[in-house]
Amino acid sequence: MSDYDPIDFDVLVVGAGGAGLRAAIEASARGLKTGLVCKSLLGKAHTVMAEGGVAAALANVDKDDNWQVHFRDTMLGGKMMNNWRMAMLHAKEAPEAVYELERWGAAFDRTEDGRILQRAFGGHKYKRLAHVGDRTGLEMIRTLQDRGVHQGIEVFMECTITHLLTDDGRVTGAFGYWRESGRFIVFRARAVVLATGGIGKMYRITSNSWEYTADGHALAYQAGAELIDMEFVQFHPTGMVWPPGVRGILVTEAVRGEGGLLRNSLNERFMQKYDPERLELSTRDLVSKSIYREVQEGRGTPHGGVWLDVSHLPADQVIKKLPSMYHQFKDLADVDITRSPMEVGPTMHYVMGGIQVDAETGASTVPGLLAAGECAGGMHGANRLGGNSLSDLLVFGKRAGAGAAEFARANSGKAGFDPEQVRKAERELLSVFEAAQGESPYDVQMTLQELMQNNVGIIREGSRLQLAIDELKKLRARAAHLCVEGSRLYNPGWHLGWDLRNMLTIAEIVARCALQREESRGAHTRLDFENTDKTKWEKLTSFARKRDGQLEIGTSSKGEMPPELKSLFA
Amino acid sequence: MVQEEGRQITVRILRGEGVKTQEVEYQVAVEPGWVVLDVVLHIQARMAPDLAVRWNCKAAKCGSCSAEVNGKPRLMCKTRLDDLDLTKPVVVHPIKTFPRIKDLVTDVSWNFEVNKKIQPFTPKKDAAFIYFQEDIDRVQEMRKCIECFLCQNVCHVLRNREQYQRFVGPRFFVRLAGLEMHPLDDADRLKQIEEDGIFLCNITKCCTHVCPEDIHITDNAIIPLKERVIDKSYSFWNWVLQPFSSK
Ligand SMILES: Cc1cc2nc3c(=O)[nH]c(=O)nc-3n(C[C@H](O)[C@H](O)[C@H](O)COP(=O)(O)OP(=O)(O)OC[C@H]3O[C@@H](n4cnc5c(N)ncnc54)[C@H](O)[C@@H]3O)c2cc1C
Ligand code: SF4
Ligand code: SF4
Ligand code: FES
Repeated sequence: MSDYDPIDFDVLVVGAGGAGLRAAIEASARGLKTGLVCKSLLGKAHTVMAEGGVAAALANVDKDDNWQVHFRDTMLGGKMMNNWRMAMLHAKEAPEAVYELERWGAAFDRTEDGRILQRAFGGHKYKRLAHVGDRTGLEMIRTLQDRGVHQGIEVFMECTITHLLTDDGRVTGAFGYWRESGRFIVFRARAVVLATGGIGKMYRITSNSWEYTADGHALAYQAGAELIDMEFVQFHPTGMVWPPGVRGILVTEAVRGEGGLLRNSLNERFMQKYDPERLELSTRDLVSKSIYREVQEGRGTPHGGVWLDVSHLPADQVIKKLPSMYHQFKDLADVDITRSPMEVGPTMHYVMGGIQVDAETGASTVPGLLAAGECAGGMHGANRLGGNSLSDLLVFGKRAGAGAAEFARANSGKAGFDPEQVRKAERELLSVFEAAQGESPYDVQMTLQELMQNNVGIIREGSRLQLAIDELKKLRARAAHLCVEGSRLYNPGWHLGWDLRNMLTIAEIVARCALQREESRGAHTRLDFENTDKTKWEKLTSFARKRDGQLEIGTSSKGEMPPELKSLFA
Repeated sequence: MVQEEGRQITVRILRGEGVKTQEVEYQVAVEPGWVVLDVVLHIQARMAPDLAVRWNCKAAKCGSCSAEVNGKPRLMCKTRLDDLDLTKPVVVHPIKTFPRIKDLVTDVSWNFEVNKKIQPFTPKKDAAFIYFQEDIDRVQEMRKCIECFLCQNVCHVLRNREQYQRFVGPRFFVRLAGLEMHPLDDADRLKQIEEDGIFLCNITKCCTHVCPEDIHITDNAIIPLKERVIDKSYSFWNWVLQPFSSK
């Protein structure tokens, strides 16, 4: 039954957000036959939802900005956990990446003198975020999408990759299914780039969509690649909290960038207590923890959040600079934000951890496998600054595309794989249809979300992390006995059943890495280890990998920065 | 029919594969502030695990969840239950203009094929990329499009007359307008715009009415494009006729 003709590419990119599109454009511009696969329709990836902007030291608004300041802000925001080479390349190359987007047709908001306008954001010393109102991600994905399809990239929409195919330790292809028909598809490629985004769907309150099921993280792990920094999960301080249907939906940081104020139920600007200098524009880890504390100590709003207010700003300015927030609250919560405050609270938003990559090329620790974007680790350390993701996608998407092209050129012999891998993948995917009874994948996912939300959330503790690890084991047992109704045709229950495996694998890695790091740093806060440990943990990166079929967790020491970069922190 | 405890509403969803479809009724206990998409996802998680539906952002930003709710083309994630008459069943159908795949999912791939044929942004040689906000206000309006294809769905030229070969539909006039109006774009798409069927549009404005992004599709995209095409052909005839008239 598995006599598929593999579709051949030099470079196969999995994921069509900003990172995947940029990687595919680069590989194809270098003359390689490039394929691009995504789970949703083209243009619907998470990147489309990004609101606030893309960070780059263009110095159009604040003349003193430059790459060194951006680099420094990024490292300080990441609590020095960042891979400094990535943070350096990112700060240096982001401006050109933004200008390139402009040359490809992106129409950013303008300064008085006709250049790209930049706005303030948390943790950025200067006004640095190039933006289009509060729909920057849409502008970015559309620009890349149109560039990509006109360059002859072959796109496979609504197609999910479930397995990487390997030959003697090298990745040589991928296996997946068409969501529409449920039929299987096999790709053979000289290099595969993962750009699958994040892991948010393992949490109950999240700004992330159904797509974020940790697929890329799990695919890389199963292929033997190393994951790093997985304990660092970002909770964005401001998600909607009311009504229940919208809980978790993002309220962009641009609201604070444009002058929004945070207050508790006593009408106090509570950030004065926690970060008197940067106030509302402190880093996300700190603002989230502060909100958490205010609510815990009884100074929260009726639905367990705090107030975020822009009603002191001129109404027309709010509508012009934050149009989608204006509509989001008006349409979904009956709140006119030009008159009344918004009720907000933390929402799981982004994963800093991911596939360990080489800063220059995006290569993972497995030959033939590369990664870029949110599913790659290292760039953001223990806490990502707002706006640094969109720039990350462009800078490292391009680098991974180039890296994949080079690898494919250097390995131009025929890439193969044992067809038994394909047959095994098929069996694994179809087994759920054979069970006459079993668990609903939706029920298992809900239990998982509750578990992660309550025990591996903003504030952690050894005993709760251990509990999560034990419970995850039970959940994996439940997930081994799923039952799926209906046919293979566009069947979300069947799809979720597979996604669950990925989430369960990665959830355990998040919990174990969090248990391992006995300190508090950035987005990782331990009640039982409240201090930041500058002697031991500051120098260590957590890793997770599969060895002899078993999960192995450990630490490795971080590389030293060269003196000229070190001096920036003096 | 499936029933649940709690504050009840009745929902009827058109289910089935291809042309074999029928409405299936569900009784759902709803929570305050729910939108239609919440109900559909709830039904999927609790009662109909194989119910096919597209969504991503749940915040009207990605254009995935288009459907016809009580006969009106809407984004399900932007349609509050509070705004519907809940004494009657809420009826959810897929958008009609495109072929049905399963349940609420339709085959919109034609749109992606059309898009490939549009000449992309082509800046003037050595352009300095200095331009002002007022130069791009209109361009930005066009670029707000989230590709929900609701305008394509309601446009009668596509819906009833099925002119897929001769008419690209309002969504792509919006895209073309965004390109044509960009201060630095140097390509000439007017001939293509005429071939794309712009004169088949008779300004019914149905597209504008359904656009969730409030893009003034007819007034700000289609009419200006028509004018440009007409101006261009007049100037062409002026040029041809010039030698005669000057005699
Ligand atoms: C609401 C919101 C607002 C944000 N605002 C900002 C902002 O203002 N500035 C900023 O810098 N960042 C922002 N972020 C973060 C940023 O948008 C994301 O981190 C970034 O877009 C991720 O891009 P990506 O290319 O890595 O992945 P994505 O854009 O998420 O794309 C992932 C792709 O992988 C595909 N995929 C996944 N798994 C598979 C599989 N198994 N098989 C095939 N394909 C697969 C998906 O279909 C998708 O195409 C925001 C995020 C959210 C959720
Ligand atoms: S105004 Fe034109 S494009 Fe819009 S719906 Fe009517 S005929 Fe179609
Ligand atoms: S123009 Fe409006 S209605 Fe048409 S696809 Fe774009 S957003 Fe949807
Ligand atoms: S889910 Fe994105 S527009 Fe409705």
